[in-house]
Amino acid sequence: MKKRWWIVGLLIALLITLFSPLASPHPDGLERVAEDQGFIDRAQDAPYQLIPDYVFPGVANEAVATIVAGLVGTLLTFGVGYGLAWVLRRRAGTAG
Amino acid sequence: MHIPDGFLDTATSVAGWVISAGGVAVAVRQVNKTLNERDVPLLGVSAAFIFAAQMMNFTIAGGTSGHLLGGALAAILLGPWAGTLVITCVLAVQALLFQDGGLLALGANILNMALLGVWSGWLTYAGFRRLLGEKSWAVFLRGFAAGWVSVVLAALLAAVELGLSGASPWGVVVPAMGGVHALIGIGEGLITVAVLAFLRATRPDLLTLHGSASKA
Repeated sequence: MKKRWWIVGLLIALLITLFSPLASPHPDGLERVAEDQGFIDRAQDAPYQLIPDYVFPGVANEAVATIVAGLVGTLLTFGVGYGLAWVLRRRAGTAG
Repeated sequence: MHIPDGFLDTATSVAGWVISAGGVAVAVRQVNKTLNERDVPLLGVSAAFIFAAQMMNFTIAGGTSGHLLGGALAAILLGPWAGTLVITCVLAVQALLFQDGGLLALGANILNMALLGVWSGWLTYAGFRRLLGEKSWAVFLRGFAAGWVSVVLAALLAAVELGLSGASPWGVVVPAMGGVHALIGIGEGLITVAVLAFLRATRPDLLTLHGSASKA
């Protein structure tokens, strides 16, 4: 496990997403300001919708859909971060 | 603090893209030079953790919530350049896959959170090292301050962009964003300290990779 210590970190991140349905449903700071100051309606939808609002499409139960979205996003973000770092590490060439 | 499309005008969106593209390019070059083996999975895990934590909105006051930004934390763990890349990865996945934050506005969001958020957090953390030192309480105090500063400054820059775009007058949007994020920043500070405390107890070597070393 020493060699793959980061698996624990990744598991913790995945564990956190299991609680994502419990997150506060209230608008965040920016949204709240936009609502109060009357510019929230300027917001435009994205040109495409994949997993909008962190609700994985096609899953009946919304809480489960949120968790699935969280797991997908967490794993993908891990992959993107790890992959980027790996590419940069390889290109460094010299010992760290 | 993820700005959706429509809030910013074209000029501000483009400026956000130009500046953040430049900043991220520099970060890539710097990380390329200094990245060591242990940083590779650490960067991945940090990005994954921050993504997950950003889903956990917490209620602050009167029907408003906040969530972790994570820029200060990423900078403390990996140094500010890699920290920039961590938050950029998170923001890119959020915008592209989850439509959280606009695509045109992604440049401004990267500028606010991955550049200003990360760097202001880093400079706060590193800047207080001389004054406060490296004992546990000092690391936690510095971490709290770094978290708080990072959120407030990122929010203020977002407010400036909103003002420039005509979404709202500066005299209104700057205090509004600053005020609510001064509260959210407390949450950021607390979460940052909690993570630092956990790592200090379990993997203190991860905290000395960059946070206490002299290299930025």
